[in-house]
Amino acid sequence: MTKKRVAIIGVGLTKFGELWEKSYRDLITEAGLKAIKDAGIEGADVKELFVGSMSPGLFAGQEHIGALVADNAGLTGIPATRVEAACASGGIALRQAYTSVISGQSDIVVAGGVEKMTDVPTGIAMTALMGAGDEEWEAFNGATFPALYALMARRHMLEYGTTIEQISMVSVKNHANAKHNEYAQFQYEVTLEDVLNSAPVAEPLRLLHCSPITDGAAAVILASEEKAKELCDNPVWITASALATDTLALHDRKSLSQTNAAIIAAKEAYRRAGVSVKDIDFAEVHDCFAIAEILAIEALGFCKIGAGGKYTEDGHTKIGGERPVNTSGGLKGKGHPVGTTGIAQAIEATLQLRGTAGKRQVKGAETGLTHNVGGSGATAVIHIYEKD
Amino acid sequence: MKGLASYWRLIPQRYNLIGTECTHCGEKFFPPRKICPNCRRHGEIRKYKFSGKGEVYSYTIIHAAPDGFEFQKPYPVAIIKLVEGPLVTAQIVDCKPDEIEIGAKVESVFRKIFAGGKEGTIRYGYKFKLVE
Repeated sequence: MTKKRVAIIGVGLTKFGELWEKSYRDLITEAGLKAIKDAGIEGADVKELFVGSMSPGLFAGQEHIGALVADNAGLTGIPATRVEAACASGGIALRQAYTSVISGQSDIVVAGGVEKMTDVPTGIAMTALMGAGDEEWEAFNGATFPALYALMARRHMLEYGTTIEQISMVSVKNHANAKHNEYAQFQYEVTLEDVLNSAPVAEPLRLLHCSPITDGAAAVILASEEKAKELCDNPVWITASALATDTLALHDRKSLSQTNAAIIAAKEAYRRAGVSVKDIDFAEVHDCFAIAEILAIEALGFCKIGAGGKYTEDGHTKIGGERPVNTSGGLKGKGHPVGTTGIAQAIEATLQLRGTAGKRQVKGAETGLTHNVGGSGATAVIHIYEKD
Repeated sequence: MKGLASYWRLIPQRYNLIGTECTHCGEKFFPPRKICPNCRRHGEIRKYKFSGKGEVYSYTIIHAAPDGFEFQKPYPVAIIKLVEGPLVTAQIVDCKPDEIEIGAKVESVFRKIFAGGKEGTIRYGYKFKLVE
């Protein structure tokens, strides 16, 4: 049986950063129009859109995002839906668009993601982000988002001997990759000493272990196999979409040192695409905090559970290594406009498989994976991409 | 900041560590659950009062605080493993940060959590302190 697949035929990304001159609607409109132009289609060809956005109500005082996006893109009339799963909002927007195409409901669909985070003071941004955790039983007691990942890091260090230096090497690598990404918030390198000496945020995590607060938007155009063959000469194929959940609160998990939603979603994604770990040439993973990349590569099976620190230290996740991870710079280097991230990851996968990733290009890349997480791991959404 | 009703609803749980247990499988839940994930509709949920005794399972020292907690920083937040089984997220008080370690024995205390909202009402609940 041939695999059912959906094509990415166009991508559009805004610059990531503190974009004071651009509004929420400016950002998503810019990304959407770039994607439509990249696909070589007309707005009228778009049959439906999904947009991931985590907390526009708190960050920008705006809800009702589906209609807002359709309106500003000049596409009023089409079905338009906002989806939300905290920092995995973009990933589930992609999954909803994929589902719409593969079900035959719509043949050309936009999946977008947008967040405008820098219009509010940091305290409000932290409160909004903590909405991804358990408001009643974590946030009430003073837990912050970095704190939840710090609690995981501490267990990982205890149970597996992972060192703070190994965790810090994730940040060093991702900054090195972001240097070559013109869309990244931080296009510069940091040293291991810089990371280890940066200000403490939630011990043992420091500022340079944490992804930043970022404005930015991204959009991709998905098409059915039939439409893609008609419209596009370099389609990238999504061959699996998998979503899994875990308890909302970290304290309700079976383990703090592994991410079970991602483990479940990874197995399902490999099964659906008919590939195994050894087929994956590169991955974009959800490094909202440096420890999260170590948890991710373990969940994806790139190394054994507990061996992610060593795997990173040995250089296997660098460009040129066994399996490059976060060639875009990841959330740490590229920036993390929360609802946008899942779509931005799909764009990096597309550029890699088109062979247009420039200095970040993984040579001979044929199969890639994206791993997008909501909260402290309660949602995990994984997609697999292949080229013809 | 949410209004007072949302705080008032959880006073029994936050003041006295009232959770729940499943009478079918015996698993105890704090924070309380209204359905047992193991037994689902075969289980029966009833109230259960926790002893407040436990040990530190993991901890962090928070330096970047959200609104409402900015005057407490740096402050420790831990996941405590209660002797009855559940893990719970809470602050550790009455000690220096470097006295905390994984495995340290703790017991719950009733404390001010933060003063919040336009009305500045003080919210109370559980924290934990180290015991010998």
